[in-house]
Amino acid sequence: MHEMSLAQALVDKATELAEKDGCHKVLSLDVSIGALSGVMRESLEFCFPVVARGTALDGATLNVTEVPLKAECSNCRRISYPEPFEIECSHCGSMNLKVTEGRDFKLISLEVE
Amino acid sequence: MCIDCGCGDAANTHDHNHEHDHTHEHGHTHRGSDGKEYRHTHDNDQPEHEHGRKIRVEQDVLSKNNDIAIENRQWLDRHHITALNMMSSPGAGKTMLLEKTLERLPQDCTVAVLVGDQETDLDAQRLQGRGSMVKQINTYQCCHLDAAMISRELEAYGDAHINILLIENIGNLVCPASFDLGEHSRVAMLSVTEGEDKPVKYPVLFNGADVVLITKTDLIPHLDWDMQKCHSYIRKSGSRARIIELSARSGEGMDAWIDYLQTMKRHD
Repeated sequence: MHEMSLAQALVDKATELAEKDGCHKVLSLDVSIGALSGVMRESLEFCFPVVARGTALDGATLNVTEVPLKAECSNCRRISYPEPFEIECSHCGSMNLKVTEGRDFKLISLEVE
Repeated sequence: MCIDCGCGDAANTHDHNHEHDHTHEHGHTHRGSDGKEYRHTHDNDQPEHEHGRKIRVEQDVLSKNNDIAIENRQWLDRHHITALNMMSSPGAGKTMLLEKTLERLPQDCTVAVLVGDQETDLDAQRLQGRGSMVKQINTYQCCHLDAAMISRELEAYGDAHINILLIENIGNLVCPASFDLGEHSRVAMLSVTEGEDKPVKYPVLFNGADVVLITKTDLIPHLDWDMQKCHSYIRKSGSRARIIELSARSGEGMDAWIDYLQTMKRHD
C-alpha cells in the first residue's frame, strides 16, 4: 500500500509550505487525485491522519477532489473523458489519445491558522 | 473567524435586548477546490469550528521524489549510463529475464543490476557470476523503489564504466507506477500465465510504460492465451509502448529485447 508513502509525502510537502508561510498549524488541506495518478482515495484518507499525527497537520481535514481523465484525440482533435481502462476517443474511436488531465496527485491549497 | 464573509467578527454580531431561548444560524459559503460554493451553517449552541487563512499552492505532492529522480537522470547522463526501470507483478519472470539478458548482451554493453525486494538477496545471488555488478536493495516494509533509494546507490557506479543500469523494481503492478526513479525507460512486464487483461486492470503502470514485454511465451501451448486480445488491452490502457513477446527460457524473442537495449545504450 503505497498510500502510506504518498501520505508521508503529502504531510512533508504541506508542512514545508506552511512553515515557509510562517504557519505551524494546518486546519485543512485540499488535494486532487487524477484517475490515472495511481492514488486510491480511501487508502489515502485512511493513512493521512496516522501520518499527520504529531505534525503541524495533526487533526487537519483532508478534502479530496477526484479528477477524471481528460484526453485529446490525435486523430480528430476532440476531447474525451475516458475511463483509465478504456482510453479511446468517444467521438471517432481512435486509441491514439494524449492525456491532458488526470495524471497528477496535487496539493491544491492549505488552510492555516 | 471566517475569511470569506467575516462571520464572527465584532462588526457582524448582533445585540439582544430581550431574553429568550433560541438557536440561530449563520449560514455562509466556502469555495471548494473544485471551484464550487459550499454552504454550511453554525448553530449558536454548537462550538464554532476554526477558520484559517487559505494558501493556494498547486504543487505536485511527489515533487520531492521527482526532483531526486531528475538529479538521478542528470547524474546518469553525465556518466553515459542508460537506466531501465523494470516493473511487473511477482513471478512474471524479471529475474530469469535478467539472467538471460546478462548472458546474451554483447561485450560493448557493460551492465550493472540493482534488484529490489522486500527481503533477502536471493535474486542478487542468482544474478552473480555473469560478469556484471549486482546489488540488492531491500525495502523491508516498502512496496516500491523510490528515487532516493536509487540515488544512494549511484555513486558506486561513478568509476564502474557501465553503460546500462537495469533496475528490477519490487514485484508489484500498483505502487512502483507512481515513483519516477530517474530511469530513461520504463519497462512493464506481463507473463502469459497472468491473463491478457492485466494491462486494463492495472492501467497506470501500463499507460506509463515505454516498452511492454510479454514473457514466458514458451508456455502459450499449454494455455488459452489470446495474443491479439492482450495487445488490444495494452492499447486500451492508453499505452503507445513498443511490445516485445519473448521467452527467456527458450530464447524466443530475446533478440528483439537485446536489440532494444543496444539502441537505448548511449553511444557517446
